[in-house]
Amino acid sequence: MTRMPSDKAPTTITQGSRAEGGIGESTLRPDGTLKVTGEFAYSSDMWHEDMLWGQILRSTVAHAEIVSIDTGEALATPGVHAVMTYDDLPTEVRHYGLEIRDTPVLAHGKVRHHGEPVAIVAADHPETARRAAAKIRVEYRELPLITDEASATAPDAVLVHENRHDHHAGHVPHPNIVHRQPIVRGDAAAAARRADVIVTGDYTFGMQDQAFLGPESGLAVPEEDGGVHLYIATQWLHSDLRQMAPVLGLPEDKVRMTLSGVGGAFGGREDLSMQIHACLLALRTGRPVKIVYNRFESFFGHVHRHPATLHYEHGATRDGKLTHMKCRIVLDGGAYASASPAVVGNAASLSAGPYVIDDVDIEALALYTNNPPCGAMRGFGAVQACFAYEAQMDKLARELGLDPVEFRQLNAMEQGTLMPTGQPVDSPAPVAELLRRVKAMPMPPERQWESSEGADVRQLPGGLSNTTHGEDVVRGVGYAVGIKNVGFSEGFDDYSTARVRMEVVGGEPVATVHTAMAEVGQGGVTVHAQIARTELGVAQVTIRPADTQVGSAGSTSASRQTYVTGGAVKNACELVRERVLEIGRRKFGSYHPAWATAELRLEGGKVVTDGGEVLADLVDVLEGEAVEVEQEWRHRPTEPFDLRTGQGNGHVQYSFAAHRAVVEVDTALGLVKVIELACAQDVGKALNPLSVLGQIQGGTVQGLGMAVMEEIVVDPATAKVNNPSFTDYLIPTILDTPTIPVDVLELADDHAPYGLRGVGEAPTLSSTPAVLAAIRDATGLELNRTPVRPEHLTGTV
Amino acid sequence: MMRVNVTVNGRPQQADDVWEGESLLYVLRERLGLPGSKNACEQGECGSCTVRLDGVPVCSCLVAAGQAEGREVVTVEGLAQLAGRRTEDGELAPVQQAFIDAGAVQCGFCTPGLLVAADEMLERNPNPSDEDIREALSGNLCRCTGYEKIMDAVRLAAARQQEAV
Repeated sequence: MTRMPSDKAPTTITQGSRAEGGIGESTLRPDGTLKVTGEFAYSSDMWHEDMLWGQILRSTVAHAEIVSIDTGEALATPGVHAVMTYDDLPTEVRHYGLEIRDTPVLAHGKVRHHGEPVAIVAADHPETARRAAAKIRVEYRELPLITDEASATAPDAVLVHENRHDHHAGHVPHPNIVHRQPIVRGDAAAAARRADVIVTGDYTFGMQDQAFLGPESGLAVPEEDGGVHLYIATQWLHSDLRQMAPVLGLPEDKVRMTLSGVGGAFGGREDLSMQIHACLLALRTGRPVKIVYNRFESFFGHVHRHPATLHYEHGATRDGKLTHMKCRIVLDGGAYASASPAVVGNAASLSAGPYVIDDVDIEALALYTNNPPCGAMRGFGAVQACFAYEAQMDKLARELGLDPVEFRQLNAMEQGTLMPTGQPVDSPAPVAELLRRVKAMPMPPERQWESSEGADVRQLPGGLSNTTHGEDVVRGVGYAVGIKNVGFSEGFDDYSTARVRMEVVGGEPVATVHTAMAEVGQGGVTVHAQIARTELGVAQVTIRPADTQVGSAGSTSASRQTYVTGGAVKNACELVRERVLEIGRRKFGSYHPAWATAELRLEGGKVVTDGGEVLADLVDVLEGEAVEVEQEWRHRPTEPFDLRTGQGNGHVQYSFAAHRAVVEVDTALGLVKVIELACAQDVGKALNPLSVLGQIQGGTVQGLGMAVMEEIVVDPATAKVNNPSFTDYLIPTILDTPTIPVDVLELADDHAPYGLRGVGEAPTLSSTPAVLAAIRDATGLELNRTPVRPEHLTGTV
Repeated sequence: MMRVNVTVNGRPQQADDVWEGESLLYVLRERLGLPGSKNACEQGECGSCTVRLDGVPVCSCLVAAGQAEGREVVTVEGLAQLAGRRTEDGELAPVQQAFIDAGAVQCGFCTPGLLVAADEMLERNPNPSDEDIREALSGNLCRCTGYEKIMDAVRLAAARQQEAV
C-alpha cells in the first residue's frame, strides 16, 4: 500500500452543490466531508513507501558550551541512514528567523535554551531513529543562566547573543534586550496632578502554549533535479521558503512547498520547526524523510506566548474620566527573537486599551533570556496588556465607587479617537456598545446544579471529582473589553496574491481559486469560494491546494487572512469579471445595446444588467475561452513607530470584543467553574457567520484556559520546562468549558473588503481578564497574576 | 518483530514485522493505511486516536499492537459503515453529517476521535442531556472550536436519530 503524497494529499476541494453560498451565508466547509471521514491528509499522515523517519536530538540543558559531539555509535546503529550536526550543514547560511536570523539550524558551539536542536538522525523506523539519537554523546559545559530582566541587564550579564548586527541592536539599551518601544503622548506627569484617584498595579502573565493538536510534521521528498518537495503544515509557505532555501543551498525554485493538512496553528507555526531538518536529511540520504514530533517534543519545537510582567499606573477624576496612564511591559522573549519585535510593538501601541487617554507614558520591551523562545500566539502583545489594563479599570471603578461597566463606557474610545501613537481610529469603534450588549444578555440562573436528585456535580467546581455539592461555592461576575490590531503593522509590506481562473467545465461555468493561503482550520477556503460565487456568479468553485506555485499569501495570523487574501481573491475575481465582460462584448455586443451602456454583473451563471435583464449565459461567453488572472493585493500602507516617541500610523485596522464572565468558586478548595462566558464582538461584516462564531468561541476558550489552567512552568533555577505534556499542561476540556453566547455586531469598515473586520484574535484578549474579574468579584482577592491556581484562592500562597 | 492479525472496520487485516513496542495507533496509521485516527499527544490525554476495540472506546495510542491481536477495531474510517448497520442510511454516519452541518469542524484534528466517542455515546444514550454529552466527550480535547459547535453537533445528531426512530 502506498500513499503517495502527490495523489493522497493535499486534496483538491470542490464545493458547490450543498450551498448556493455567496458571502454572508453560513456555507459549509468544503473540506468537511474529508475531515469527518478521516480522509483529509494532515502533514503527519504523509506516507511514502521508501521513506525514512527523522528524529531531532535536543539539548538537555538551557545554556551551555558544547564541548564535543560524538555521533559514532548512533551512525553505527543498524537501520540508521544519516546523522547530521552543525558541521554537516551544506552552506555558510546556518541560521534562520522570522525577522532576525538568529536561530541556528543545529546548535553551534553553544545551546541557549532547553530543548534546542543539536543533531538530526534518519532511520528506517521511528524507534530506531529515537534510540540512535539517544546514543549521540554531547558534552556540555554549563554557562550562567539569564532568566529574567534582572539577570539579563545586570552589568556583568552574559550575553545570550554576542555581536548582534540586527536592525534593533543599535537602539536597545542592552544587548540582552531584543527590542524596546517607548510611546510618549501628552504629558502624563502633568496630567497625573489633575487625578483625584491614582491606582497602580504589578501584574504577571504566565507562559501560554498554542497547543494546536496536529503535531509539527511533514514529508520531504528529494527530487530528480537536486531540489526537494516539502509537504508541510505551516502558517506561511513563502516565509518558510525564504528561510529554508539559503540554508539548503538551493534556489527558491528548487524548494517546492505544498501545504498539507494543518491541525491548528494559533501562531505556533509562524516559525520553522522541522522543515529544514527534514529537507537536509532527504537531500543527504536521497530518500523521502518524514518527521513527526510527539507532544513532548512539540512543547520544545515551537515558540510560546511571551510571559510578561506589567506595571501600570492610571489616574482618574472624581467624575470618572481617565487622566493619564503610565506603564512598563517586560516580555520574556527567550533565547531567540522569533516575533518578539512585533510583539513589543503591539504591546506598546495597544497598552492603553480601547480607552480615551490623552496623556500616556509607555515602555514595552522584550528580553533575550535562556528561557524557551517565545513568539507568536493569537493576540500577541495585546493579550498581555489587556489582562493588566482591565484589572486596572476594575480597581479604578472600585476606588471611585462606580459600576465597572459604566466606568469603562465613560472612557470608551469611539471612531475618531487618537491612539497613544497619534493614529486616529478611522472606522467604527463600538466599545461602549459592545459592553452594553454583553451586559444586557440574560444572566445564567443561580444554583443550576440543583436538581430533584441532589447536586449534579458535573456543573460544580471540581466536577466529577465530587469535591462539593454546593458548600463554599460563591458566584462572581466580571467584564472586560479589548482592542487588537488586524494585519501586519509598522510599515510591513503586507500583501497577498490570488490566481483566479474561469472556464467552462462539463457544460458549466467553473471558477478556480489558487492561493498560497494556509488553511489552518479557520475556514479561509470556505470564504474564498463564497467570494468567488458572489463576484463571478457561478455555483461551482474549485479551491486549489495551497503551494508555492502561486505568489505569497502572507501569513495566516494577525486576524488578516480574510481581509488580505480574501481581498486578493475579491480583486482577482473583479479583474476576471472585467475580462469575461470584454469577451462578452466582443462576441455578443452587437446583439444588445446594454452590453455597451449598462452596469453589468455576473449572476446565476449569466451576464445580467443592473435591472436584472439577462444578456448571455456564461457558458456561451466562455465557450472556447478561459480567463485567468494572478494579482497581488495590498491594504492601506502603514508606517513604523518612531523609536523615541512611538508616534506613527502603525496599524491597518482595529478589532474589538467584550466579554462577561460568570464563575463559581469553591472557596475552600480554590476550584473555579466558569458558568458562562458571553461575548459581543464587532466583525464589520460576517462573510460566514458560522465560521465567525467558531472563531469567537474558540478564541474565548483559549482565553479561559489562560485564566485558570494553562501555563508552561519553567524552573527558574535551571530554565528547564517542567510540564511538556498534556498530562501536566492542561487545556480546557468540554467539561471545563461553559456556554458561550455571542452577540455579533456588523459595523462596516469602509477601508476593508466588504467592510469586514479581522475576527480571530480579539476574543482571546478580553476573555482572560473577564474571568479574572469574575473570580475577584467572587472572592474579594486581588489576583494580579494569570493563570490563577487553587493556592492563589485559598490563601496558601 | 511479530505479526498482528486484527479485524478493522469489518475487514481482517494482517501487519508484519511489527516491533513489539508499536501502538495500535501506529499500526493503523503507518502499516494499515488508515491514518484517520490521529496522533495529537500519543500519551492518552487528548482522545484524537479514539477507536473502538471490541466495541469499547479506547485511546489506540495506549493499546500495544499485540493487545489488539484477534480483536475487532472500528476507526473513523469505518463509522459510516457501522452506522449503516444500524440505520441503513446514507454515505456518512449521522454524527458525521451533524458535525459538518453544525460547524463543529475547524482544523479537524480532534474530529475523528470525537466522532468515534460521540457515536458510541449516542448508541448507549440516544437522548443525552448536555451534561451527559460533556461527560462522555471530556476525554477528547479540541483547541479550535471552544466546544460549543461540538455540543450543537451532538445535540443535532441525537435529535435526528430520535426523528428517524
